[in-house]
Amino acid sequence: MDLTLKVWRQKDAQSTGRIETYQVSGIIPDMSFLEMLDVTNERLIEEGKEPIAFDHDCREGICGMCSLVINGKAHGGFSGTTTCQLHMRKFNDGDTITVEPWRASAFPVLRDLVVDRTSFDRIIQAGGFISANTGGAPDGNAVPIPKPDADAAMDAAACIGCGACAASCPNGSAMLFVAAKVSHLAHLPQGLPERGQRVLDMVAKMDEEGFGNCTNHAECEAMCPKDISISHIAKMNREFIRATVRGD
Amino acid sequence: MDTNGSLNGNVPDGPLAEKWDNHRFNMKLVNPANRRRYKVIVVGSGLAGGGAAATLGELGYNVDCFCYQDSPRRAHSIAAQGGINAAKNYQNDGDSTYRLFYDTIKGGDFRSRESNVYRLAQVSANIIDQCVAMGVPFAREYGGQLANRSFGGAQVSRTFYARGQTGQQLLLGVYAALSRQVAAGTVKMHSRTEMLEIVLVDGQAKGVITRNLVTGEIETHAADVVIMATGGYGPVFYLSTNAMGNNVTASIRAYMKGAYFANPCYTQIHPTCIPVSGDHQSKLTLMSESLRNDGRIWVPTKEGDPRGPAEIPEDERDYYLERMYPSFGNLAPRDIASRAAKRACDEGRGVGDTGLGVYLDFTDAIKRLSLPVVQQRYGNLFDMYEKITGENAYQVPMRIYPAIHYTMGGLWVDYNLMSNIPGLFVLGESNFSDHGANRLGASALMQGLADGYFVAPYTVGNYLANQTPGDYSAESSEFTQAAQDVKDRIHRVLSIDGKRTVTSFHRELGMICWDYCGMARTDQSLTKALDLIPALKEEFWENVSVPGGGDELNPELEKALRVADFLEFAELMCYDALVRKESCGGHFREEYQTQEGEALRDDENFSHVSAWEAPRNGGRPVLHKENLEFEEVEFSVRSYK
Repeated sequence: MDLTLKVWRQKDAQSTGRIETYQVSGIIPDMSFLEMLDVTNERLIEEGKEPIAFDHDCREGICGMCSLVINGKAHGGFSGTTTCQLHMRKFNDGDTITVEPWRASAFPVLRDLVVDRTSFDRIIQAGGFISANTGGAPDGNAVPIPKPDADAAMDAAACIGCGACAASCPNGSAMLFVAAKVSHLAHLPQGLPERGQRVLDMVAKMDEEGFGNCTNHAECEAMCPKDISISHIAKMNREFIRATVRGD
Repeated sequence: MDTNGSLNGNVPDGPLAEKWDNHRFNMKLVNPANRRRYKVIVVGSGLAGGGAAATLGELGYNVDCFCYQDSPRRAHSIAAQGGINAAKNYQNDGDSTYRLFYDTIKGGDFRSRESNVYRLAQVSANIIDQCVAMGVPFAREYGGQLANRSFGGAQVSRTFYARGQTGQQLLLGVYAALSRQVAAGTVKMHSRTEMLEIVLVDGQAKGVITRNLVTGEIETHAADVVIMATGGYGPVFYLSTNAMGNNVTASIRAYMKGAYFANPCYTQIHPTCIPVSGDHQSKLTLMSESLRNDGRIWVPTKEGDPRGPAEIPEDERDYYLERMYPSFGNLAPRDIASRAAKRACDEGRGVGDTGLGVYLDFTDAIKRLSLPVVQQRYGNLFDMYEKITGENAYQVPMRIYPAIHYTMGGLWVDYNLMSNIPGLFVLGESNFSDHGANRLGASALMQGLADGYFVAPYTVGNYLANQTPGDYSAESSEFTQAAQDVKDRIHRVLSIDGKRTVTSFHRELGMICWDYCGMARTDQSLTKALDLIPALKEEFWENVSVPGGGDELNPELEKALRVADFLEFAELMCYDALVRKESCGGHFREEYQTQEGEALRDDENFSHVSAWEAPRNGGRPVLHKENLEFEEVEFSVRSYK
């Protein structure tokens, strides 16, 4: 396959970026998208040019490190697929592919396609946990958890924290990310003692970090590589109202 | 080769089952009010490192934690799919602490330290309780009780799981606990920061030198104790199931400063990975071993059979694991299943375009259980397979082939998980201690959390209790010298300005290791590897091309520094494989096998840990042996027939 790549290049956080165009040839359909970028980079290095910086690690769709807005869509917009799992057989010979970093003001660009997502870490630090010190936990079967609750918690907990939701949202909202954690913990009996304070603190932190609000576009759900449902946002809203009314 | 007396593992006295309890009582404690005066460095944020950092933070120590990824939530523990073992006996099927201990010792081919393994089995049950309390959404039965499944190398169901994402859920539990401590101010997290050197003062570990991967700044961090939980060295083979950034740098830097590296030749090849599709391949993807619970592995009986799987009748299929190992069948341990697959392919019976693959077939499982049940159990794995190969495994059998997955070797540690360098503790996959020559499925998560949550917090406290807090200075000559060494190394690699990319060196090194020190090794192949690796290393330092500078975000520089260290390490691994003249677990020397082609141990001469000390002035590394003494179990030939 021969492709034309239009890639966002930016020296560092302070510099102005621009789109640059590269012709790449000899790409085979079995390559992953990141392997296509590897091949492109190898050629750039051999030509004495600076390779394209991008984030990646596990390359099996679970660590959440890879990102990229591909042809205007986060992770390329293929159902349930992270960029590292996307393969070139989804593209056609002769295609022009645009590759940009995550677009959200709370994810500043560090270089080329690499962005800073530490705002997500700070939201979790605000309350995305159950306060249980190591040691002294009761037997794992001491508190039975109905299977539907455990399954619903797992559905939400599948979030990989990649940031595709915020990058896809016209408002740059991180509601799906925050809701996934709130909903995961609110579905479990162990999460209930802190449920009120948790949702209030995490939402306040989300606002403080500069993420926008939800206006029901549902782009986040459509682009989420783990198919996390926006019903978790509804769950978070209920948790938020409950905590506010109760004065938690 | 200089051989000293046996290394002392500092194993406490007393009966095996009481050692840990007695030791916990005998260890010294640090007064809660004094803990904040001690500074602890933790390198790595996976199950072991993140668990230790969070727990030590909860106890009140002043912790600095480092990871090279953009967030501690990305550590590669996250990729473990299948599950975590614990001796809960919830299924009433005869499990016990002793059985988990015994299975692990036997699974490791009698090459692990008995006392460590027993402790691992003991604390396994606490891990499940702790994770449940922290909100890990383990699979449940309809009655609300925790669900279990069976896993390779065991005949009881003791594996806890969260769909096919157990590692993810356990790591996110650790990440949550760590985040809570960051908010509480006990842990300071340094993401996108890579450790490039360890600093010793008067022989004690007192700090690390790191590089900020965004700005390139070389930073100095001093502390009362250093904990490394930096994972395995699988990517020395280039292609592996590990993450792209996983590396041996922290371990090899410690080795060069005097830490012993134990059993580097014990590498685990996982039998169920998606086969290599071409030269562009950057990593291999594991299909969880849990698939072997219901999938059946086979190859055609005829060599070079050109027919598709559906056209091959039942009597022309060889379900070789069921045939050779009737009592364990498709659940034979990883090393055995991997070698059996290699043998079938070497005989010309492999499948797929490359002939390097075997079928993992769910046709019978779908008939027996129904499609929805198979989908519910393994749906995410089938989806993953389809994304990578473009094939629907509900209709055509999966093709799988072994790949490098885990490394049992690592820095030598004593019973307290402290290396031979005082003040340097090593946890999780980066130490050598619990899995012997082969790790059983669902035991890596168990060991990572055992070390991080339940062992290191006690033993590190015991070490600190004997130290004066703050007895270090980041301005001392040891630190400035170590920082200068790092800067010199970076300058050197950037100024070569050669013709070959870093990746091309890494790929070539990987091929050498896979071809000559992979699933089967011989005196000849290892000798060849030991010729090729130094030559490649020499070429690297003359001809590598690293674009960009040191004071910016530069992924090629990061890779170059890691590959330089893999080149150092590969030689050590091959040398260890050469001198271990026996076959055990994942280390299979073709010269030492039974008539049926099984690994042939030599307990008389090799029942020891090989702990290697870096050579002082060139030459070969120096061997120190820790003799393995078994009080409880008797050596037996590992049979899964």
